[in-house]
Amino acid sequence: MPGLGSAQRWAAAAGRWGCRLLALLLLVPGPSSASEITFELPDNAKQCFYEDITQGTKCTLEFQVITGGHYDVDCRLEDPDGNVLYKEMKKQYDSFTFTASKNGTYKFCFSNEFSTFTHKTVYFDFQVGEDPPLFPSENRVSALTQMESACVSIHEALKSVIDYQTHFRLREAQGRSRAEDLNTRVAYWSVGEALILLVVSIGQVFLLKSFFSDKRTTTTRVGS
Amino acid sequence: MGRPALLLLALCAAGARGLYFHIGETEKRCFIEEIPDETMVIGNYRTQMWDKQKEVFLPSTPGLGMHVEVKDPEGKVVLSRQYGSDGRFTFTSHTPGDHQICLHSNSTRMALFAGGRLRVHLDIQVGEHANNYPEIAAKDKLTELQLRARQLLDQVEQIQKEQDYQRYREERFRLTSESTNQRVLWWSIAQTVILILTGIWQMRHLKSFFEAKKLV
Repeated sequence: MPGLGSAQRWAAAAGRWGCRLLALLLLVPGPSSASEITFELPDNAKQCFYEDITQGTKCTLEFQVITGGHYDVDCRLEDPDGNVLYKEMKKQYDSFTFTASKNGTYKFCFSNEFSTFTHKTVYFDFQVGEDPPLFPSENRVSALTQMESACVSIHEALKSVIDYQTHFRLREAQGRSRAEDLNTRVAYWSVGEALILLVVSIGQVFLLKSFFSDKRTTTTRVGS
Repeated sequence: MGRPALLLLALCAAGARGLYFHIGETEKRCFIEEIPDETMVIGNYRTQMWDKQKEVFLPSTPGLGMHVEVKDPEGKVVLSRQYGSDGRFTFTSHTPGDHQICLHSNSTRMALFAGGRLRVHLDIQVGEHANNYPEIAAKDKLTELQLRARQLLDQVEQIQKEQDYQRYREERFRLTSESTNQRVLWWSIAQTVILILTGIWQMRHLKSFFEAKKLV
């Protein structure tokens, strides 16, 4: 019976896959990582992040300021020897790709030292190496079938969709933060202006009255 | 298979787990994750303590604890737990918005090492990045094609959740803008009315004042 044969084949394949996966889980999954972090940077503060990178790995650092002040921050990226690979002052958004020329700890810092009282919220995405393959199969010699390559291209397209969505969400958060600032500022300024208006007009009247009430006693003493 | 695998495992454990940063003893470091609802977030961290005598970071410090606190957009605490020096925390969001993840160490032993520093390796994975595909394949016994299809399904689901969240955010943005618009409109009218009324009051008050002083 064909059904039984295929079931046995599936069971054998599953058993083989199980053993292989168990072996693979014990192995190091390759030097690649992607860290997306949003953190708050207080005023006059500097925060640094470090990562150990092997030589020849292609890395990308992307950052964006979401809330705070003029929505800008200083960024600086250094290699293990202290050489500055990337340095920009007061940038709102930027993306920098580099290939690690040596092994070691790479350091990147965000600084808000130029600001006196605004906290900034900064988002960064540090991508090291390529994404790990779904099946890190060491016996992969055959080419991908059409279905598999279609899946791979859909996966890449969806990854870029998610990436664009993230950037859109950040820009929208920035716009919304500005709109909420504007809303509170309009409220305070309107109330403040109305009060100033009242105080000034009432004050003017009483000041004018005070000029005329004292004058009668002073005008008679002009001759002396 | 045994010895090389164990060696690699040891190297993996001692080596990098991605990004790291330094914090002081009593310092609290907070991170923000803006996520749609029903999204799972998995955080892995590893801490190393600075040894002043040897001037090096110790590979692992038993007895060192980190307190992890997660707050939802309304400020309600979702997760507040203490973990060891190596920890893994998980939570699922039930409301969309900014979730705040705060870490601080609460080891009383560190009071002995005044000015001690901690190196914290942190890795936060959100949504479908949190899925471990080799594990899912082993658990559900999927073929390669089925696993790829599952990955695509998870990605599309995440995109859909993000789009829903975007609709909710856009509505908030629109409400804020409309509120600003209304405020500008009503306060302008109110200020013009106040201006006219005070002008009229001023003139009448001064006129009656001058008439009383017999100057007019």
